[in-house]
Amino acid sequence: MRYLYYPGCSLKCTGRSYEESLLPVFDELKIDYVELNDWNCCGATAYMAVDEAKAFAIASRNLALAEEQFKNEKEINIIAPCSACYMVLLKTKNYLDSNKFELAKIKAALRESGLNYEGKVRIRHPLDVLVNDLGVKEIAKAVKYPLKGIKVASYYGCQTVRPISTFDDARDPHTMDDLVKAIGAEPVDWPLKTRCCGASLTGIVEKVGLPLSYVILNEAAKRRADVVATSCPLCQFNLECYQTNINTKYQSDLRIGVVYFSQLMGLALGISPKKLGMDRLFIKPEIVYKAVKGGETVYV
Amino acid sequence: MFSTNGNNTPRIGFYVCHCGHNIASLVDVEEVRKYVATLPGVVVSRDYKYMCSDPGQELIQQDIKENKLNRIVVASCSPLLHEHTFRVATEKAGLNPYFFHMVNIRENVSWVLDNREIATEKSKDLARAAIRRVFFHKPLEKKTVPINPAVLIVGGGIAGIQAALTIANAGKKVYLVERDATIGGHMAMFDKTFPTLDCAACILTPKMSAVKSHPNITLWTYSEVEKIDGFVGDYHVKVKRKPRYVIEDLCVGCMDCIEACIYKEAKYPDEFNQGLSKRKPIYIPFPQATPMVVLFDPETCIDFKSHRCKKTCIEACDRDAIDLKQVATYENINVGTVILSTGFQTYDAKLSPQYGYGKFPNVYTSLEVERLVNASGPTGGEVITRDGKRPKSVGIIHCVGSRDEKSHKWCSRVCCMYSLKLAHLIKEHTGAEVYNFYIDMRTPGKGYEEFYDKLMNEGVHFVRGRVAEVTDWAIIPEEEQKLTIRVEDTLIGVVRRIPVDMVVLAVGMEPKDDASEIRRLFNISCSNEGFFLERHPKLAPVNTFTDGIFIAGACQGPRDIPDTVAQAGAAAAECLSLISAGSIELEPNTASIIEKYCSGCKSCIPLCPYTAISFKEDIKKAYINEALCKGCGTCVAACPSGSILQNLFEDDQIFSEIDGLLKFAGIEPEKKEVLHA
Repeated sequence: MRYLYYPGCSLKCTGRSYEESLLPVFDELKIDYVELNDWNCCGATAYMAVDEAKAFAIASRNLALAEEQFKNEKEINIIAPCSACYMVLLKTKNYLDSNKFELAKIKAALRESGLNYEGKVRIRHPLDVLVNDLGVKEIAKAVKYPLKGIKVASYYGCQTVRPISTFDDARDPHTMDDLVKAIGAEPVDWPLKTRCCGASLTGIVEKVGLPLSYVILNEAAKRRADVVATSCPLCQFNLECYQTNINTKYQSDLRIGVVYFSQLMGLALGISPKKLGMDRLFIKPEIVYKAVKGGETVYV
Repeated sequence: MFSTNGNNTPRIGFYVCHCGHNIASLVDVEEVRKYVATLPGVVVSRDYKYMCSDPGQELIQQDIKENKLNRIVVASCSPLLHEHTFRVATEKAGLNPYFFHMVNIRENVSWVLDNREIATEKSKDLARAAIRRVFFHKPLEKKTVPINPAVLIVGGGIAGIQAALTIANAGKKVYLVERDATIGGHMAMFDKTFPTLDCAACILTPKMSAVKSHPNITLWTYSEVEKIDGFVGDYHVKVKRKPRYVIEDLCVGCMDCIEACIYKEAKYPDEFNQGLSKRKPIYIPFPQATPMVVLFDPETCIDFKSHRCKKTCIEACDRDAIDLKQVATYENINVGTVILSTGFQTYDAKLSPQYGYGKFPNVYTSLEVERLVNASGPTGGEVITRDGKRPKSVGIIHCVGSRDEKSHKWCSRVCCMYSLKLAHLIKEHTGAEVYNFYIDMRTPGKGYEEFYDKLMNEGVHFVRGRVAEVTDWAIIPEEEQKLTIRVEDTLIGVVRRIPVDMVVLAVGMEPKDDASEIRRLFNISCSNEGFFLERHPKLAPVNTFTDGIFIAGACQGPRDIPDTVAQAGAAAAECLSLISAGSIELEPNTASIIEKYCSGCKSCIPLCPYTAISFKEDIKKAYINEALCKGCGTCVAACPSGSILQNLFEDDQIFSEIDGLLKFAGIEPEKKEVLHA
């Protein structure tokens, strides 16, 4: 099956290393994809809060583009790796599917730009595609360097399985943990998998955002995680880049790598850290590098 | 052609009911009355405020006598409600009751439409159809069949026990079939009962032994109903008695065999104690089990797996009661009525992962805690958590698997009260601080609210809010090594974190996993959520839509012990009422074969859901047993030669009714008769 790939803005700038790691992993696992032509911003949570109707219209343009581009395909599956994109597209689709009156308005708006929306698109998260379409067995088979002894705290963030859970348990998700196991690492059992990292508040109201990130990192460290794996560009940013501020504020000495789950997978599949965008990390997960190839290769 | 009231020509009386405002507010009843008066055959046409009232019925009777009516049509509510009433009234006036026909202009018209004109027109159409129909009605005779006075009760919890004793004490034969090795059900597991705090075993076990020793009760435990057919008054039941590998009549429950078992230590989870203690492959469910007979668990007994056990148990039994080659046996019985009291199961708390059941050892279900506080339980009544400590603080979370969009929407009715009871018992046993986390406290019942009040005075904490999660995530030192309950306290409007040593999940009640198989076996219905459906939620709460099959207890919906016992009594009374009558009248809407047309093709035989049709080999014709026929009409529709006739649904009756509904009202019914001949 061929997938459409919808990167969204984050994966092209602040979250570049998510794209840089995910696509090589897809290539290595022979997952066939093509980028959506002429895609636009999903609107993220901000637009949704200001003007819902316009937010749905702007998000639905991507769905209409997908139908246009894949009009000859049997199924239209669009992969949205960024949590916010995934959630907004899913929310839009659910809204339009269940609200005929609004659907007519949105369709009229799309027609203005020569587009049509039929409701045929399925919104997919890469975790869903990897675990449910490809399967952990296939992934385990492709692993060249199992991440033996590495403890990974899988952090899903608040948007991947909520408010709409299509592929995993909303209260106790496990797909990322399944992948962690498949690449030979050890998932950490912890209760903060879906707790909010502070999201955009960390940047604007630090006194609200920082404590939220702090409890997550603190708990991961307390449970002896070597690294935190995420599937959300904003979570990765908040949890990794603010550790100095957090340490100052809470007199703590946290220093824990926060990477994309796709980066860990890439390492296990034998892709070099540089190709996985890991040179962009502030905190290099040396312990993970050492585990790969029995520590023979030390990456820079 | 017609042979009643000394007149062959139909003389129809038509009555349209106002039903207070129920019909008259939307249907112009006067207009309907006037219209019907103009139809051929109609001698009397009246409207009246309440046709079902005594004066309404008298009106019909008077008209039958004075105007020599020989057909009656009443346009009112559903035949389910009052067909019987009017048939009786008709019969009292000397007319065969099957000359009466009912038109439903309430449920089918006034309650579902909102336009007066359309409603009036529809009422007229329906009335016209009925008027046409009754031209072809014939007098019918009801058949009576005798009632077998024996009763089958399925399920030996408190409901089945209560019903069995009531019926047996009235001198009637009862067969009580229980799936497990002992009767007693869930109630036997409980410690105390709310709100009086009397010990469950003390009030239950005398009833259990009364069942065992009652001369009118045949108790078959470890048995299941395999097949049932027949009809009210005469059900044929096949009961499977599963092998327990011990001869029930010989075993006296001395337990020497258990002592002698090759396993010196008990190592398998004890079902009765909810897995909190261990048992051997040969065991007695609990000390007061009835019957007091041991049983083998072939899944865990070495001899069943390897055939190489020394069989020390057999040596130990001086009554030769152990028979490892025992196989299932079958009993065939005939009964007149059946009570289903198959009970409930508790919600699987693992399906609400946010509460950590199965993940954190100190999270318990309420049923586990019932065993834990019970003097005959795994710890002798000591409340000790799985990690061997006596808890200093306990949180009881209400509505786990109840009132929840994600699991079950219904309120399980008993959890608030049993949570209060457990709070009291835990506090009494341990002196711990006890927190109840509730959405609403629901304590309607005699002495229930007072019990709640008592608990508040005892110093039990009540926090209003649905618990978000139970977590081992500690933020402050006081939370380390504890379970923290995160909850929004909606009375003070803040999110609280309350660390406790032990969490009790007040799990709700749900239908048994195989309830729908039982339902199909006994041919009854169930409601959306899967509990057995009563015939009427208010006025026939223990009846089902299958005559002679009654339901009692939590198989019909969540309920506590007092309500269950009351319902069991009601179900027993329903059975006794049928038995006392000695016989029942069967509706004459049965089918019969017109022998001269029957070609003997046998197409009808496999279609009959009630196995009422057989084949007469000597004359090569089908034959319908009218006692078994329910009048479903399947065979009538299927017969290729049209040689099956169904009373009250004969061709000319149905076609005339259809003619009346369709608006080509120009043709006279007399001429139609010629058309259909």
